[in-house]
Amino acid sequence: MSDDALPSGERRQLAPPIDDTGALGWMRRNLFSSWANGITTVVLVVAAGWILSGFLEWALFTATFTAATGTECRGGGACWALIREKWRYIFFGSFPYEQHWRPFFAVIAMLAMLVTSADRRMWNWRLLVIWGVGSFITFLLMFGQIHIPLSLFLTIALVVGGFGMSLRKAIAEAGEMNAYRVLAAIGLVGLVLRIAGVLPAWSLAIAPLSYVETSLWGGIPVTIILATYGLAFAFPYGVLLALGRRSNLPLIKGLCVGFIELIRGVPLISLLIMASVMLPLFLPSGTTIDKFLRAQVAVILFAGAYIAEVIRGGLQSLPKGQFEAADAMGLSYPQKTLLIILPQALRVVIPPLINTFIGFFKDTSLVLIIGIFDFLNTANQALVDPNWAGFPAEVYLFAAFVYFIFCYSMSRYSKYLEVELNKGTRR
Amino acid sequence: MAVEALGSAPRVRVAPWNDPIIRGWVFQIVVVGLVAGLAWYLVSNTIDNLNRQKIASGFDYLGREAGFEIGDSMIEYSPASTYARAIWVGILNTLRVAVLGIILSTILGTLIGIGRLSPNWLLGKICAWYVEAFRNVPLLLWLFLFYKLISEAFPGPRQAISALWQSVFLSNRGLYFPVPMADPIHKWMGVALLVGIAGAVMLHRWAKRRQEATGQPFPSISAGFGVVIGLPLLVWLAAGAPSAISWPELKGFNFEGGTVIQPEFTALLVGLVLYTSAFVAEIVRSGILALHKGQSEAAAALGLSRAQSMRLVMLPQALRVIVPPMTSQYLNITKNSSLAIAIGYPDLVASINVTINQTGQAIENILLIMAAYLSVSLSISAFMNWYNKRIALTER
Repeated sequence: MSDDALPSGERRQLAPPIDDTGALGWMRRNLFSSWANGITTVVLVVAAGWILSGFLEWALFTATFTAATGTECRGGGACWALIREKWRYIFFGSFPYEQHWRPFFAVIAMLAMLVTSADRRMWNWRLLVIWGVGSFITFLLMFGQIHIPLSLFLTIALVVGGFGMSLRKAIAEAGEMNAYRVLAAIGLVGLVLRIAGVLPAWSLAIAPLSYVETSLWGGIPVTIILATYGLAFAFPYGVLLALGRRSNLPLIKGLCVGFIELIRGVPLISLLIMASVMLPLFLPSGTTIDKFLRAQVAVILFAGAYIAEVIRGGLQSLPKGQFEAADAMGLSYPQKTLLIILPQALRVVIPPLINTFIGFFKDTSLVLIIGIFDFLNTANQALVDPNWAGFPAEVYLFAAFVYFIFCYSMSRYSKYLEVELNKGTRR
Repeated sequence: MAVEALGSAPRVRVAPWNDPIIRGWVFQIVVVGLVAGLAWYLVSNTIDNLNRQKIASGFDYLGREAGFEIGDSMIEYSPASTYARAIWVGILNTLRVAVLGIILSTILGTLIGIGRLSPNWLLGKICAWYVEAFRNVPLLLWLFLFYKLISEAFPGPRQAISALWQSVFLSNRGLYFPVPMADPIHKWMGVALLVGIAGAVMLHRWAKRRQEATGQPFPSISAGFGVVIGLPLLVWLAAGAPSAISWPELKGFNFEGGTVIQPEFTALLVGLVLYTSAFVAEIVRSGILALHKGQSEAAAALGLSRAQSMRLVMLPQALRVIVPPMTSQYLNITKNSSLAIAIGYPDLVASINVTINQTGQAIENILLIMAAYLSVSLSISAFMNWYNKRIALTER
């Protein structure tokens, strides 16, 4: 039948050629579009197939999954029995064995804290509640016993009162303002009295579990604590450094630039070595400072300088009109900064901040140099056992897989946020 | 009248505590005072502690005998050398791994970044997974993995894998290969190489000028290679081609003769290059993606091949986007090379760490580390800023 048989003006619909649709068409377009392309594809398929089959042979087909000791593991393939034997040590370190549920739930608490703060609906006062509760649960589980000193309560009262007074000025009702004033006054007077020694060193003791000191902590909770609290404490001070660097006051600007460039110019290892050997020298004689805390201080110092640079990018991306409009409305510097500038600047820098956090998460592995048992170090220690000597690849690949899951999911999240946050500005 | 008032508005008198200038200075003085007070507190504590623990201060220890062994040194070094020399060995080792790492990861990263944009789906996917795999796992873990693989999976010196008719040996002691015996002519060959490089640069400039003036191209790249390789070769031939070679040989438990690439160095370099090239690839890719599509279409319309359009049209423009983030990657390589201490490669931090443990003088040594890294970082930044200015778009 030819086209003539159809009513005039109509053409019979022909199916597209078979090699242009479906799997075949896709392959022609994406794998064999030219001679060079086809050769590349063939070479890559052969090479990848060779490597992949070798890897699968080692990791699956000839691998040993159960064995009592490493000597039973000489099948030539991977010895996953080692992971089966050591996984609890790799994840939780030297934490008392029968108490491993504590670091486990501490990790769950921290992950829940991170995941809920990833939700945009929580980006307000709720964030403070989430972090307060989450941190309390985490450290209660890890330490088992917490003593909250009076001065911490007083400091919180002072900070809340002070921020309330300066930010809600001319907005809040008289009653609310008075509440802030009272809080700030209680905090200030209490702290002064406490420092002067009039108030006793009272502390709220919460001790439902046995005490576990930080030298026994290890594995994944240590890695997450160092990265998360490194970021949490470095964030406010990074904001201050960034604001200082953008300030008009020459001395402040000089101090901030010098500090940021000094920290960014030296490797984290030198800061860690400095924290472990020099921090004890800096403090009055007789004070000892926990090794874990020293590492955490070094991570915070380091992270702050990098966060400051990320936030500076956000500050620079704001049009000048925002600053001028805030000035024209007669806002004070704290009001202008906290109510106008930072909310806009921080929105821009959230995706790069998450990337910075991924960096810290990986960089915490450096603390093993000064003898902290983070996740990489416990994996390392699992290799020392003479019964299981000679299987480094298994342990490192396992550890790499765990790190990969954490970092990859965070980087996907930051990609998603980048699109999500730009919805309003995209054409 | 009104206009005049605008022009010479009298300065509004405010109370001193409301004057922003005075306020600014008071605030600055308070902050600087607090920082100075903190510094004074820390310094006085430190002096106190040093006196109590009877730790010496000052840099006198640099002249004393170091007394520790360094496995991998580019210059003459023995335990009888001074601390200063030990630290200098460390600095040279750091620079060696940093410079090689920068060069190799730039090359590998650029290839992978371009590969990710390839029209070939499989090549693009493989490059993408390479980037994700290396970016999302700590560098230190890669270093441990490569180091353990080299030192445990490779055989001992007696069962070394040999290649090229028993001249190259690969074992857990590293890669041994033959080198020419030291000869005075090598120095002159080095000079010839430098002259050759300078000549090639000049040739390239002349060729460019001629092409701009007359439109006649000159194969300056292959001619330049010829000059760079040919001049040292001529010098070597003129000296009578001294060809004594030191061969590696198994003597006792290890090899002698030849030269060796140590496993620590190999693991560090391979780890640094593979890790950093993942970041470089992303920078290169985003630099190319930042270009307008019309650029590659115009290049194709002019009849340039894909390689030509990459080299002549795309990369020179993409470089403007690429150079600033690349600078920070170069700085990262230099700083990350300090992870060497974890696998036993004697870099700057490793030598200084031993020095701290032996002398107890932490402060001076940490100041040395900071000074060394800061000067390296600042010189890399200065060089890259100069390069960035050179390639920047010349606008009216």
